[in-house]
Amino acid sequence: MNLFAHIGRATLAMLTEIGRVAMFLKDALLQGLTPKIFPRQIIGQMVHIGYFSLPVVGLTAFFTGGALALQIYLGSSRFNAESLVASIVALGITRELGPVLAGLMVAGRVGASIAAELGTMRVTEQIDALVTLATNPFKYLVGPRIIAAVVTLPMLVGIADIIGIMGGYIVGTRSLGLNGFAYIRNTADFLEFNDVSSGLIKAAVFGFIIAVMGCYHGFNSSGGAQGVGRATTNAVVSSAILILAANFALTTLLFAD
Amino acid sequence: MAGAGYIELTGVRKSFGAKHVLNGVTLSVPKGHSLVVIGGSGTGKSVMLKCILGLLHPDSGSIRIAGEEVVGLRGSARDEYLARFGMLFQGAALFDSLSVWENVAFGLIQGRHMARSRARDIAIEKLGQVGLTPEVGNLHPAELSGGMQKRVGLARAIAADPEIIFFDEPTTGLDPIMADVINNLIVDCVKRLGATTVSITHDMASARKIADDIAMIFKGEIVWQGPAKTIDNSGNAYVDQFIHGRAEGPIQMDVLKP
Repeated sequence: MNLFAHIGRATLAMLTEIGRVAMFLKDALLQGLTPKIFPRQIIGQMVHIGYFSLPVVGLTAFFTGGALALQIYLGSSRFNAESLVASIVALGITRELGPVLAGLMVAGRVGASIAAELGTMRVTEQIDALVTLATNPFKYLVGPRIIAAVVTLPMLVGIADIIGIMGGYIVGTRSLGLNGFAYIRNTADFLEFNDVSSGLIKAAVFGFIIAVMGCYHGFNSSGGAQGVGRATTNAVVSSAILILAANFALTTLLFAD
Repeated sequence: MAGAGYIELTGVRKSFGAKHVLNGVTLSVPKGHSLVVIGGSGTGKSVMLKCILGLLHPDSGSIRIAGEEVVGLRGSARDEYLARFGMLFQGAALFDSLSVWENVAFGLIQGRHMARSRARDIAIEKLGQVGLTPEVGNLHPAELSGGMQKRVGLARAIAADPEIIFFDEPTTGLDPIMADVINNLIVDCVKRLGATTVSITHDMASARKIADDIAMIFKGEIVWQGPAKTIDNSGNAYVDQFIHGRAEGPIQMDVLKP
């Protein structure tokens, strides 16, 4: 009996949460992404979300590209196909690892900071204060963060693609003894526009997820410092899971092209 | 009492789940008057204020400002309505990402689309009215003491010359002298603007200083309302217990005795 009660409670809690997120999403889209627009806030958030994430995303991409080259070399050398290293590194980075790893790193860095910032604003009544100053918090806080994340995440992933391939190149030519010229030619010849564009589309979706989950958990935090801490954790965990789930869905969807 | 007030609450109810916070609040504030609502923690003071501001939606009842029903206002009508208000929050609720003058000027720049340079001049002037120098305007809220934050909050609340100002526990957490300074500033600012105000507090010294009328809220209902001068002879057992701060009386705190 107790077991059923547990299952029921968990199911109800999950459905409630989904409903809340859906309501929040409705407000975020209808209120947050319609005029009036706050350009100052959008630019500020672009710097915060995009520019300041460059080192983290760049380093992640570099090491991943390098490790990928090593692994693929190991695998492909077993049937004398070392020439595939360049093309598989490029494909893996642009289609999969670039967007996913950048998305996860940004979820940790930016999703947490959005949730903590808005959560603190909520518990210190700053969000209520915005309303009393005739400013819609969805337009002033949520909208700019969503716009900034959706615009800058693809840029970050574009840069991550280049750095990741470069990491593969450096490892491939320096420690695996591959020919540099052939490496670049293999990459350029093999890579198709779709490979890059599908990764950038994923990145935009991931950016949306990160901003919405960060804002949602921040907006709904309560109960002081502990509540803000919980909101931060939930924002990171839920956006990470949603990113991985969305990645699978998008890969299935974009696979056909 | 009904019908004459500038701010009129009639039978306002609000529950959170099974918890009934407001059980039919009826309250009237004449234009230009200062009403102080006193009451213990958890009696529904803040919820009442949030209902008037539209931050919370009452389950039933009516809230009229200058004869106009405001419950359920949306969109631009709501923005217009909010533009007539100023509010000083309990913890000042200053935006910590903005400088002090930007905080004070926020409603002017975002709400009224004023040019930044002009809004800045007004902000500096308002800071002067609460006894802060122009240099303070360039600091950030985190660099200020609690009393200074409250003053900045007050300057922000009066920046747009509102018709109605709400004060949420204006003196809580301040030392007695700073509390009196804030009380004086509130009285001065309100007089200068001729605004109608509603304050909530449990600080009786503050209530006596800033109130024209006092109302007492208990368990989500107004149990007494009258002129501030008559508070000592209210003849109301709840009020007597509260203003004398006695543990014994009709208001029973749920304290578990060992």
